[in-house]
Amino acid sequence: MAQASYPADLRYHAEHDWARIEGDEATFGITWYAQDSLGEIVFFDAPAVGTVVTKDEQYTEVESVKAVSDVVAPLSGEIIAINETLSSSPESVNEDPYGAGWLVKVKLSDPSEADSLMDASDYEASLS
Amino acid sequence: MSDTTTALRRTPLYDAHVAAGAKLVPFAGWEMPIQYAGIREEHNAVRNDVGIFDVSHMGQVETVGPQALERLQHLTSNDVSKIAEGGAQYSLLCNERGGVLDDLFTYRLAETRFLTVTNASNHEKDLAWIRSHGIEFEADVNDRREDFAMLAVQGPSARALIGQLADGDLPARFHCARRTVAGVPALVCGTGYTGEDGVELLVAPADAVHLWDAVLAAGAQPVGLGARDTLRLEACFHLYGNDLTEDWDPIGAGLGWACREQTGFIGSDVIAQIRADGPERKLVPFVIDGPGIARQGNPILPQPTQPQTTGGEVTSGSFSPCLERGIGMAYVTPDASEPGTRLQIDVRGTIRDATVERKPLYRKDS
Repeated sequence: MAQASYPADLRYHAEHDWARIEGDEATFGITWYAQDSLGEIVFFDAPAVGTVVTKDEQYTEVESVKAVSDVVAPLSGEIIAINETLSSSPESVNEDPYGAGWLVKVKLSDPSEADSLMDASDYEASLS
Repeated sequence: MSDTTTALRRTPLYDAHVAAGAKLVPFAGWEMPIQYAGIREEHNAVRNDVGIFDVSHMGQVETVGPQALERLQHLTSNDVSKIAEGGAQYSLLCNERGGVLDDLFTYRLAETRFLTVTNASNHEKDLAWIRSHGIEFEADVNDRREDFAMLAVQGPSARALIGQLADGDLPARFHCARRTVAGVPALVCGTGYTGEDGVELLVAPADAVHLWDAVLAAGAQPVGLGARDTLRLEACFHLYGNDLTEDWDPIGAGLGWACREQTGFIGSDVIAQIRADGPERKLVPFVIDGPGIARQGNPILPQPTQPQTTGGEVTSGSFSPCLERGIGMAYVTPDASEPGTRLQIDVRGTIRDATVERKPLYRKDS
């Protein structure tokens, strides 16, 4: 998508990751700002289902034509699903970063960690 | 090397880049457009139609005087006497150890006047080197960087587009000619860095915006440094600082064709010896077999049978928009340099299989 967008129903991490929290599960992805900075995503090195991820630590990487970028987990937990479609269409991360461009789904180990994440307006304010 | 206290320089086209939606980044001390519409779209525009690049960050050095040819013959690796007036030649500037200080294009503007284009990051170094060597020859060395803006117009439609705007025939490949283009006096050069046909235009900085606007209006797409890198890598053109440094020799870099040791240029004796003995490492293009993209600095794993003497390093790596694979260039041992050789590359902890290919990685007819 061409225009900056930060949906209000998501929580945001300062390293430009988002989490859509549903009970004790969450979907992770990278923000509009992150995909715009990287440019066209051409490769997502998907982690394995079952991988344990830790809040604030790198759990995977995405690559654009020009650079590779670490992706940080906004929350801790265990990966229960990965976005298989990104292996054939990684550009979904650019076209629809909050929808078809999601990266992983995680079973959260401590849902209260979400309290430390930013809401959309705080995240957007942090970018300026 | 970078001095963060020094303000980044801007080319005369800075405002035009902003207006065209460019993303600007620091590059070799300049604030340059890395992309406009997107690297893949810009890359494909140059492969299929025509794109325009602002390369005004590149430097120019003029060598002029009765012994200008002799001075350049002493300094640069190729045979300068082979450049006719209106001709162009690729060469290397080497130190006494045969290490590469820069790679250059030299244009012969008149019998005793040459213009050499330097890489932005090397311009000051080159100028100091050129001024302090060959001083016995009767020729002056002048810094002309402030006198030129430089635009590259590249792609299968580039010549037709510039031809419509020019007041005469365009020079052939590896030639140059003075023309008026869109009303602007220009040195038109049949050179480029994309593997496509096209021209490079040297004009007065004050004329750059007018020329840029005219070329865009005629249908060229603005292309940034991001696509410039993927285009040159598909064509297997060297990038100084990645594939060429003072630590690598021209023979290992595959640039022996641009070295004429019999001319006696600085470093020629060492380079002649390397040519006779064979280089320790050779630069080869590769394609990653599966997913993944190797990047500069990724190690090539040694072969288990000879762990001490084999292996190497990726010096350029990116994603190829045409091949839709990770591609790159790497220095490897000579026994691993033949096309078809399998390589294993440590890409940030993941071992990726790759295959040594022939140059160029992208061919027009493929």
